[in-house]
Amino acid sequence: MSTPAVKLTRKDMVSDQEVRWCPGCGDYAILSQIQRVLPELGIPRENLVFVSGIGCSSRLPYYMSTYGFHSIHGRAPTIASGLKMARPELHVWVITGDGDGLSIGGNHLLHAMRRNVDLKIILFNNQIYGLTKGQYSPTSEFGKKTKSSPHGNIDHPVRPLSVALAAEASFVARSIDRDTKHLQQVLLRAARHRGTAFVEVYQNCVIFNDGAFDEFADKEWRAERTVVLEHGQPLIFGAQRDKGIRASGVRPEIVRLDDPELQREQLLVHDEQREDPTLAMMLDRMTSPELPVPLGVFRAVERPVYDELMEQQIRQARLRQPPDLEAVFRQGDTWEIEPEAD
Amino acid sequence: MHADDAAGRVVERKELSRVTIRFSGDSGDGMQLAGTHFTNTSALIGNDVSSLPEFPAEIRAPAGSVPGVSSFQISFADEDIFTPGDRPDVLVAMNPAALKANLHDLPRGATIIVNSDEFHAANLKKASYARSPLEDGSLASFRLFEVPITSMNERTLAETGLGSHEVARCKNFFALGLMYWLYNRPIDPTLRLIADKFGRRADLAVANQLALKAGHAFGETAEMFSEHYVVRPAHLKPGTYRNLTGNTATALGCLAVSQITGLPLFYGSYPITPASEILHELSRFKQFGVKTFQAEDEIAAIGSTIGAAFGGALGLTGTSGPGFALKSEALGMAVMTELPLVVVNVQRAGPSTGMPTRTEQADLLQAMFGRNGESPVAVLAPATPADCFEMAIEAFRLALRHMTPVVLLSDGYLANGSEPWRVPALADLPRIEVKYAEARPGETFRPYARDPQWLARPWAVPGTPGLEHRLGTLEKQDGSGTVSYDGENHHRMVELRAEKIARIAQDVPPQEVWGGDEGRVLVLGWGSTFGALRSAVQRHRREGRAVSHAHLRYLNPFPANLGEILGRFERVWLPEINLGQLALLLRARFLVDVLGYNRVAGQPFGISEIYDQIGQQYEAASSPPAR
Repeated sequence: MSTPAVKLTRKDMVSDQEVRWCPGCGDYAILSQIQRVLPELGIPRENLVFVSGIGCSSRLPYYMSTYGFHSIHGRAPTIASGLKMARPELHVWVITGDGDGLSIGGNHLLHAMRRNVDLKIILFNNQIYGLTKGQYSPTSEFGKKTKSSPHGNIDHPVRPLSVALAAEASFVARSIDRDTKHLQQVLLRAARHRGTAFVEVYQNCVIFNDGAFDEFADKEWRAERTVVLEHGQPLIFGAQRDKGIRASGVRPEIVRLDDPELQREQLLVHDEQREDPTLAMMLDRMTSPELPVPLGVFRAVERPVYDELMEQQIRQARLRQPPDLEAVFRQGDTWEIEPEAD
Repeated sequence: MHADDAAGRVVERKELSRVTIRFSGDSGDGMQLAGTHFTNTSALIGNDVSSLPEFPAEIRAPAGSVPGVSSFQISFADEDIFTPGDRPDVLVAMNPAALKANLHDLPRGATIIVNSDEFHAANLKKASYARSPLEDGSLASFRLFEVPITSMNERTLAETGLGSHEVARCKNFFALGLMYWLYNRPIDPTLRLIADKFGRRADLAVANQLALKAGHAFGETAEMFSEHYVVRPAHLKPGTYRNLTGNTATALGCLAVSQITGLPLFYGSYPITPASEILHELSRFKQFGVKTFQAEDEIAAIGSTIGAAFGGALGLTGTSGPGFALKSEALGMAVMTELPLVVVNVQRAGPSTGMPTRTEQADLLQAMFGRNGESPVAVLAPATPADCFEMAIEAFRLALRHMTPVVLLSDGYLANGSEPWRVPALADLPRIEVKYAEARPGETFRPYARDPQWLARPWAVPGTPGLEHRLGTLEKQDGSGTVSYDGENHHRMVELRAEKIARIAQDVPPQEVWGGDEGRVLVLGWGSTFGALRSAVQRHRREGRAVSHAHLRYLNPFPANLGEILGRFERVWLPEINLGQLALLLRARFLVDVLGYNRVAGQPFGISEIYDQIGQQYEAASSPPAR
């Protein structure tokens, strides 16, 4: 599919609808970075489609000047999949949240990723139900007190990236609303990936779960408590870039780079192209405060793309057997009824 | 619908009031015994029965050879049998020789159940088959069920300690159990008879009982169907014919729409009895650009279809009642977004999982009202298996012109039943025009602007420059389609959506009445009851009674002339395989005292049952019609 180079700017991506998220919501930053990244793709605006479910994040399509579909709770991947199958030349994005994508729509998310439909799925993870005003979500931490869990949440949280990896998603990444540069880079990588790209974005809900990610994402200590993944590079972090990650068996551990005992080759080197998702899965289990939280592309592999396979089967079928409706009508055993003689 | 052909001649339909089954196998296979049990059980449950044993001509013909075949034929019916020796509707062939010996007697579309284990090289050779008939396509015009009877029987009896010879002798009871399942016969009488017969050999009694139960259970587990729409046409319009099941007809109708409109067909579906054959059929038509998607669940099936429809494809999804329930919310989304969509519901007995292989008409109110909010959709119902072809085309015609979801209510009886279908010439297919919206320079696109005649909104597909817009499930501002919480606007939109569906009445053919235009009794019906109703009404008319039949294929909205028709008859009588769902709608709509006849036994109505009931209605309607 050749894409004509089109010159667009961020402004061309903005719809005439007034944005109605709460002041200070992390969604603004994500919307803004999506609008910034899209013009770089050179895709005509009419070929961009944003499909969403229900929830705060799912309002996003209304604010884009592209085609959009604000659907029903949890089902965005199904609508997007059908659209992409019917119209493979379109560039289809799915906007979802932790409740929409992992609770009510968990099944669809799983299957879209395992099929590797060419969709860009952005999951806004704020670890809370915002639109319904503050109930715990499937990513809320254990014990969390919310409106629907005044005695503490007894649900064990799910890890979005581990779900994606288990579904063998071909592109799995994580970023955060407040690091706009990093978010831009990750979104651009996702947009250019062939197949399902799954991006979890840590997003602050200023009303019902403010500061949920501050423990590691606050600007003051972000460099110390997160590690940015770079393909082919050792995992090094810290404001002074003085710490690294070493795998002790399958357990990651922090090492100091100035440790005279340390040999550089012991440092864990990131390989996003590994077929086997074990390493990516291990990285996803790195959590604060014990370990720095990884941000970036966990996995980016080539895998046959569902909608392309579907097109391919059609092309092959046409070569084998040109379409002939009359022949299909007459398939099997037919007989003639002659006009009756009067 | 082929009820009345163009020349106005009447096609007589005979449905499953009578079935002829032939059990056939090696003389040592116990076919006579199986047949005798089936006969006795059928008589016991009140069927009229006639049977015809057929022993091998040669007393010592070699096992597995054609001359060694032994058969037993039984006919049973819910009415008097006048003509013995019909051609079998069902053949149970225990080996290749049995198939060969009987095949020439079978009419097209007959059901063949073979013991597939016995179709190995040695047996094929004994029956002089060069290639296995199960594999060479020679049985394409029959409904073939390959059942590994020998091996399943062996596994069933593995623990009994019987020798292999004794085990093999039980397989006739496995086959019998399967037939009991298919024709809904009780197995208890045979279980008792087995106990009596093998009184001294308790182990053999138990083994035969186990085999019988296992065969019966297999029929249930494999969800095998017996329904059979037997049509004996008196006069058919000249042309080329083939047999077609309702599900195949539905698939071909939708394929035809794709050819007529030039739009690709997208079928999103999740496997479910009795709708899966539509998925199987359509998945074979890739060369036509048909895209079939076996979704992860019923919701994804309709969700993907709505996505495809948004993209400009012909959106089709199919299911049965439980799946239709799961699709409810998404169907409401299609109502709100006003996208063209066809949803086929091949109804089965409910509620819940119900009886997957038994037929019912109890999803009409679900189709009408099974969504939140005021959420109207068009509802159509084919009357016969071949009519599924025409009504599938109709469903798409209406969905595309009126930009709305359309529900096509088929059922298990139509889906699996077959009848002769006159193969249409491509030139005879109806024309369906489709126009995507295009941008007009200098104009702001209004996705919810409506055409004044039908109130349909434009179909603007992604990829069209200048028409970028956002659909959504939140209420829309009239015209602009932006999100609106304005109460007055909501009221207007609710009315517009209702009016849009109501106007479809002006776009469907007027309701026809078969028989007289007025009279004492009007027999109303919808869906697969057509054959029984038409035959019974026909019989009354031949006997001089003023009874007419109107079969509804458009259930929402009703044809514009329906109310007037109902007023012309003294009595309106409506048999349904539900507790009166269409009657409820008609009473509410027309304030007419529609009388119901309701049986929900998983079975189609029999002709004589309907004939008797009409007779009672006729007697009860005392005075001549006021006019």
